[in-house]
Order: sequence, then structure tokens, then C-alpha cells
Amino acid sequence: MVRIFGILVGLGFVGVAAWSLLWGVIAFSSEGLPHSVEHAFHEEPRAASYTFDGPFGRFDRQQLQRGFQVYKEVCAGCHSLNRVAFRSLHDLGYSEAEVRAIADQWQVQVPSVNPETGEPATRKAIPADNIPSPYANETAARAANNNALPPDLSLIVKAREGGAAYVESLLTGYRDAATHRNEHGEALPAANRPGTGLHFNPWFANLNIAMPPPLTADGQVTYADGTPATRQQMAHDVAAFLTWAAEPNLETRHKVGIWTLIFLIFCTVLAYMAYQNVWHGGASRRVRATGALDPENQAKSGEAKAEAGVAG
Amino acid sequence: MSFPWAEQYRPKHPFMRWMDDRLPLPRLVYNSVGGGYPVPRNLNHFWNFGVLAGLALVIQIVTGIVLAMHYNANADTAFASTEHIMRNVNSGWFLRYLHANGASFFFVVTYIHIFRGLYYGSYKAPREMVWMLGLVIFLLMMATAFMGYVLPWGQMSFWGAKVITGLFGAIPVIGEPIQTWLVGGYAPDQATLTRFFSLHYLLPFVIAGVIILHIWALHIPGSGNPTGVDVKTPQDTVPFHPYYTAKDGFGAGLALVFLAILVFFLPNYLGHADNYIPANPLSTPAHIVPEWYFWPFYAILRAFTVDFILPAKLWGVLAMFSSILLLFFLPWLDKSPVRSGSYRPRFRQFFWILCVDVIVLGYCGGSPAEEPFVMISQVATMYYFAHFLIILPILSMVEKTLPLPNSISESVLQGEAAEAAPLGAATPAKA
Repeated sequence: MVRIFGILVGLGFVGVAAWSLLWGVIAFSSEGLPHSVEHAFHEEPRAASYTFDGPFGRFDRQQLQRGFQVYKEVCAGCHSLNRVAFRSLHDLGYSEAEVRAIADQWQVQVPSVNPETGEPATRKAIPADNIPSPYANETAARAANNNALPPDLSLIVKAREGGAAYVESLLTGYRDAATHRNEHGEALPAANRPGTGLHFNPWFANLNIAMPPPLTADGQVTYADGTPATRQQMAHDVAAFLTWAAEPNLETRHKVGIWTLIFLIFCTVLAYMAYQNVWHGGASRRVRATGALDPENQAKSGEAKAEAGVAG
Repeated sequence: MSFPWAEQYRPKHPFMRWMDDRLPLPRLVYNSVGGGYPVPRNLNHFWNFGVLAGLALVIQIVTGIVLAMHYNANADTAFASTEHIMRNVNSGWFLRYLHANGASFFFVVTYIHIFRGLYYGSYKAPREMVWMLGLVIFLLMMATAFMGYVLPWGQMSFWGAKVITGLFGAIPVIGEPIQTWLVGGYAPDQATLTRFFSLHYLLPFVIAGVIILHIWALHIPGSGNPTGVDVKTPQDTVPFHPYYTAKDGFGAGLALVFLAILVFFLPNYLGHADNYIPANPLSTPAHIVPEWYFWPFYAILRAFTVDFILPAKLWGVLAMFSSILLLFFLPWLDKSPVRSGSYRPRFRQFFWILCVDVIVLGYCGGSPAEEPFVMISQVATMYYFAHFLIILPILSMVEKTLPLPNSISESVLQGEAAEAAPLGAATPAKA
């Protein structure tokens, strides 16, 4: 009965799915695979290698400091980094005094209240503060940016497919929409050219991004360590810095991970040896009788019976 | 319970004897996972996965309880509190990554456990209750995992919650009131988050309860085995401890190595980048996809694209729920008296087609809802339903099975290596 009912229900679902498939095939035969300009022009992040790649990866402190400098001098004008506290900049290799100075001299002050009047006010940042946003609120941010909202950068590397490589590709990915050709040599259709306030960037999901090219010239930032600040270098450094901002515990995670793996593999080898010993060790090579037939148990039950004074 | 030759618990220490007369908890443990539970001697490594699923639940409960101490179930601060755990709580990143990847680990081992049951006919008499309780656990796991994914209140949390609760809206007439009642409003918001948090904390303990029933029901007939032949004599079994505790110990070590690789080196590999963006009800992500362990069901849901008497969306919802519910009837749909797929050559071929089919469904479920993925998932959906509801009932009537060995110990003596070989690699015993 269950089987007959099952077959009927099965035929029902299979039939309806086949009906959907039929319409799908009809539509497919006339329209073919979906084609969009985004598909044709969107580029995957360029491969980039960083010191923190792989299970033994570590941050390069010099690079993080350079990246922070790029953030501070270029990105911070529009983008907040409000999940990162000044105190954690200590991880980049800055001393306590340097961190205090960075917080104290930050270009934006943190919201506060006037202790005398209770009126809203601002004060200088201290290391315990998170890095303040350049705008008072979303409305102010949109008003200053042609109604586009510059996203907070604290998690940007983890919040985009492709991670650091995506950020790096995007920052150096601005192209001239009029002359750009995709891998098939096609020009961008006029309808997809950037409108007012938009900029063509094939690494951006819908090709036209509101952010104007941030890294416009080599040497835009003067690195303290003397590294030539090419646009490529600045993009690479700030991508590394933003990876740290998104995942500040990456080094600890890698270090703990290696030790955990060594420990677990050691335990697994021991467990394997115990397993082999129990199953194929000297004592159990024969087919072992269990329960009442086990000589050991027979001896035990004999003892117990003798103890209790019962026959058998 | 169990077999007459099971070893008896005999406490030696006077305290243990005193305890045994008053609260025989050690006896319960001894009879459940100790020397007092005789287990077929020929179980292969696919029998490790039940214990591994139990281990996964323990990991989830322990990490989850500590995470709940730092998490904030408030729509305004949930995302920030998750980041607070990642950045400021000592080893918080480890707890959260272990919990997030632990969920995937739980599903991996559970899926292998389920497919082991499908191949070796573990759902057949006398283990129907074991199978059905297992399905209840699976459904509870899916509910728990779904609600847990909503808690960080990222983009995919929010939109996933909106899509999944929206499924109830497909039910005619009463659908929308039910949806509003479940969500606590017209869209996921504060009320949704707090109730999901409450239930996400509750359900794991319900799962633990049903696991106790699952193991209890298992211990009545005893464990199945790769031959599917019943245990007949004491020679067919070994005591659970030390034989299977040792084997499970090795399996657990290996599984934890894989879990550690995920947690420490690829913690976000199975996740979705969009969930690191705080929930924004005004901005829909380009592709809303659930976590990977829901992809096959998501593909079935989206495979129904054309109205046929009922609206397409309702067909999708019906099919998605049916795809799991039909498994409750499996013991009566597949009436073949032979349990193990190793002795059912035709069944074995269909079983492997099913495995590929579910993987294809999973791939399509994780891809955007456009061609060719929709057509592929329609074909795969047709096979999924046909396999369980049409092929298995007919196959179990017409199939010619191979001769079974007379007993487990005979099959072991004929070649332990061959019989205990995983899935279909076994050459059937010549009777």
C-alpha cells in the first residue's frame, strides 16, 4: 500500500518537475544561456601574493605600517574603520607612545559631550577609542558623496569575494570606459558607460563604481621606510593592512593551528596504534570468544558462584 | 536488551557496588558503550560516523554556550557583538570559527552517516525506529543550523531568514498569517532575532534527548553490519569496549585533524562573504544562498518554475519538504529482504547514481538561479524523487540478489579485509 502510494506521489513530483523542465528547455532553445554585460566585462581579482598567505603566513609589520599610512592619508577621508581601536595599532609594531600620538593627532575627533553644559561636542581620540568615522552619520556621508555611501573598511577584505586580491585589483582597476576592451576585444556598450559621478572599473561587480580613483599618482604617499610608493605598491600595502584590520588574530590563528595539528596528528597516531593493538595485537589474533564463552568470564563467574556458594 | 552473551557489569570497588545498588549509572554506560554491548565484529570505518556526530554535537554545545556569554541578541548590536567576540574576547575567534565550522563538520559526518544507512539498509526491520529518530535529529539539526546562521545578523543571515520564512507564505490562505506569526512581524527584525536565539539555544538539548532515544532504539536489535546478516552466535560479536572505542578513537582523531585544518587555515572557506556585511533590509544581495548543507534542498525548491494547478512556489516548497519526509517511509518503500547494498548489485548502481545526483543538486543549489543550473537541477530533482518513490519500490520486488554469507563470523573468516572494505568494494562471499 505504501509502495503504491509512494509510486503515485513520485510520479506526481517527477511529472511536475518534467513540466517545468519542458518549459525551461523551450525558453532555453530560444534564448540560450543568460548573457549580460556584467558577465562579459567583469574581471576576477588578479592573483596577488602576500606574506600572510598559507598556513605559515605572517604579517609584514613594515608593510602593515605602510598600508596604514595609505589608509590614513588616502582612504580615511571618506571611509571609516570603526571596528578597529587605536590601541590595536600596537600590533603593527608601533610603540605605546606612537599609538597615543596617532590617536591624539587623528584628523577627526570622536563624539563626546561638553562636561560643563552637556551639549554634544568632540574631543581628541585616545588609544581606547575606535577609529572615528569621517562623517557624523549616513546622511552626511551620502550628502558628501553624490548619494553613495563609502562602506566601513574594517571587514572589507572578508566581506568581498576574493579578499585582499580583490581590494588590490579594484584600487588599480580603473579603466577608460571609452577605450577599454574585454578579453574578447569587445568595447563597452554605450548603455553601460558610467553615468555622472560613476567610474568604470571592471573589477567592481556592476562595472561602474561611485568611488573616484583613490590612487591617482605614484608617490601620492611618502613612505617613511623609503619604499617607492608606486600605485601598485600602495594598493598592495593597503590591501595587506585591511586584511589585518579584518582579521587581526590571523597570526595567532596560524600559530595555534600548527601546534594543534601537530598535537592532533600525534594523538591520532597513538589512537591508530591502540586500535591496531586492540584488534590485531598478540592477545586477540585468534577469533576471540566473548561473553559467556570467554574463558576469562567463565573463570570470573566460577569465582562469583563459589563466593556466593551456589553450585554449577 | 542486546544479546544473552553480553558481558555483565561486575563492580569490583565497594563504592561502585554501593553506587550500582542505588543509581546504576556506571552500569548504563557499561551496557551502552562499554564491554556490555556486543557489536558485530565486521563493522568498517563508515560505522565511525555516528560517534563523530555525537562528538560534533558536544563541540557545538560547549562552544555555543561560551559564545552565548558574549553574544548580544539585539538587532542593533548583534553584528557588533559578533565582531567583539572576534576581536576582543580572549580566543573568541577560535570559539566562533570552531562553532561555525563545527556546524559544517556536524553536517558532513551526519550526511556520511545517513548515506551509510542508505547503502547498508540500516533503515530496514527491525531498525525502523532508529532510522526515523535519526531523521527527526536531522530535521532538528537543520532548524538549529538555520537559526544559528541568522544570529550574526549579517546580510546573508537577514536575507536567508527572509527567504526561508517566506516559504511558509507559499501555503494558500493560511500561509501569510503563519509567516507573520513565525517571524513576529512582516519582515525579520528584533522579534525574529530574539526568538531564533532562544530556540537556537534550546534545540541542541532537544537533539541530545532524541539522540538518547536513537541509541536506545539501536540497542534493542543491536548495531547492523556491512553484510546485513543478523548476529547469530557469540563469535559474531566483539564487546564495544575496547574494540570499537579504540576504532572510534582513531576515527575521531582523523576527523578532528580535518576540522582543525578548516578552523585554523580556511575558517571562512565554507562561509559567504556577504555575511560580513551588517544586515541591511534595504539592500538585497545579488545571490541569496543558504549554507552549503542546505544546497541540495534549495535546488529542489527552485527546480519548480512553472505553475501546474498549484503555484510553482508551492510545488517547490512541497517538494523540498517531501524530499526529507519521504525518507520516513523508506523502510516500507524498499521491501527487499536483503539489507546490505553489497549483495544487491542493481541497487548498488542506483545508490551511486543517487550520490552523484545529490552532489549535482548541491552544486546547482549553490549556483545562481539561472540556466543551465535550473535545468540541471530539474533533471536531478526528477531522479531524486524517482529513486526513492519509484525505483526502490519496484527494484525491491524484481531484483535478483546475491547469496548472503551464513553468518558474520563466516564472512569474516573468508576475508576480513574484503568484507570490511568500504562501500561496494567487497566481493560477495561465495556461499
